[in-house]
Amino acid sequence: MGGELSSSKPNAANVRVVLPYHLRNLAKVEGDAAIEVVGPLTLNSALDALEQRYPTLRGTIRDYETGKRRAFLRFFVCSEDWSLESMDRELPEEVGAGSEPLMIIGSIAGG
Amino acid sequence: MSSVRVLVGTHKGAFVLSADGKRKDWTVSGPFFAGWEIYHMKGSPVDPDRIYVSQTSGWFGQLIQRSDDGGQTWHQPGLASEAIPPPGPPSALPNRFKYDTSAETGKPLTTHQWYDGTQHPWEFKRVWHIEPSLTEADTVYAGVEDAALFRSTDGGENWQEISGLRGHGTGSQWMPGAGGMGLHTIILDPSDGKRIYIAISAAGAFRTDDGGATWKPINKGLVSNFMPDPSAEIGHCVHHIAMNPRRPGVLFMQKHWDVMRSDDAGDSWREVSGNLPTDFGFAIDVHAHEPETLYVVPIKSDSEHFPLEGKLRVYRSRTGGDEWEPLAKGLPEKDCYVNVLRDAMAVDTLDDCGVYFGTTGGQVYASADGGDNWSPIARDLPAVLSVEVQTL
Repeated sequence: MGGELSSSKPNAANVRVVLPYHLRNLAKVEGDAAIEVVGPLTLNSALDALEQRYPTLRGTIRDYETGKRRAFLRFFVCSEDWSLESMDRELPEEVGAGSEPLMIIGSIAGG
Repeated sequence: MSSVRVLVGTHKGAFVLSADGKRKDWTVSGPFFAGWEIYHMKGSPVDPDRIYVSQTSGWFGQLIQRSDDGGQTWHQPGLASEAIPPPGPPSALPNRFKYDTSAETGKPLTTHQWYDGTQHPWEFKRVWHIEPSLTEADTVYAGVEDAALFRSTDGGENWQEISGLRGHGTGSQWMPGAGGMGLHTIILDPSDGKRIYIAISAAGAFRTDDGGATWKPINKGLVSNFMPDPSAEIGHCVHHIAMNPRRPGVLFMQKHWDVMRSDDAGDSWREVSGNLPTDFGFAIDVHAHEPETLYVVPIKSDSEHFPLEGKLRVYRSRTGGDEWEPLAKGLPEKDCYVNVLRDAMAVDTLDDCGVYFGTTGGQVYASADGGDNWSPIARDLPAVLSVEVQTL
């Protein structure tokens, strides 16, 4: 469905993003979200591209005003927790190559 | 024939309950936004098919949703299309509630009182209450936590703070109640488009007479014994205010403790708890056609948020307060320990006024005869946060 890319830009990284259930519903995405990121691939640039492609997700992952990760979400990359890393640190090549996804995980809390 | 649509916001989604004017046979649609907290949903009086929703989550923050077809389909305002959007900055940011701290407004208020006596930054958390304009379908107000009033004039696509409220002078003294510092009540005066009443826990009630530019506290007569000065101008935990649109100068308030009445647009209040068995509670409303007929749901105390003796009772006054009668027909007679929250009571405007309320146990009760007889129109919903009624 909405996760398929319709075109590719040269030099763009094709990134797969695994979204939590509620955000998949908001974005009307089945399976992984697919985005293109031009330039350095970081958490911020990936999330910018994700929100550009899926505007219904704006503000749901990063706080509108501070730009910080929402407290109960985590970022997993290549089996590592990137939640506390700089949002501007470059992501591993495997993410840009599409072989590893950027995983956005809702923490297990509440009822 | 007339019909009614009951909009129910719950802890885990939104529901729409519909019936014809007899209000006997109900259909339930939903859950919409399943799994999300729906603090409030309300239809536009101008265009009843236009319904605004506050959808919120501890994980994902605040969303505004809108229906233009009476609740059949929903979208975030300005984000209706599923097509890939054009490049460039977005024209609609329906979920962004940015406090106005600009110097141009003259209201650069950034902090309020915190529990430890220090000043604490204003932080947006969620929308507690949505109030569509009485005259413009695209104009809608939102009361938020941390307390502030926002307005959209483009159907919820973008929001601007009415910063005169926070900046009127007492804002730095406002302090959160146990449930957070929420602006939960917005009442628009149908006889005066520039007059708005709002209430905040635990700051009190406020009024503007100039469309929001300037505000003043309207808490004279309120007495709150948890405060060092029980009659202070600011700091009262107002739970809800109700008004009959036909008599906009008369207000009724359920305070933390005490049921109060004002006959001068909030300039002064007097207690009308009268013979209520307890005057703690959250919900209060006024009969659609009898402006001296009020409804409250007495709750045992601020320490025990459930009805007295396990008996769920609505209390009605036909005398504008002071004298109250219990209404029990059709309501649980024993072992009932639910709460009825501040925005979870509403009335319809049919000739025989219907009264509705929802409980934290997931029941929605309705009376089609002004409160004499009650029956559940939904029994097993998630905890009910808000109830609104549209008479169609």
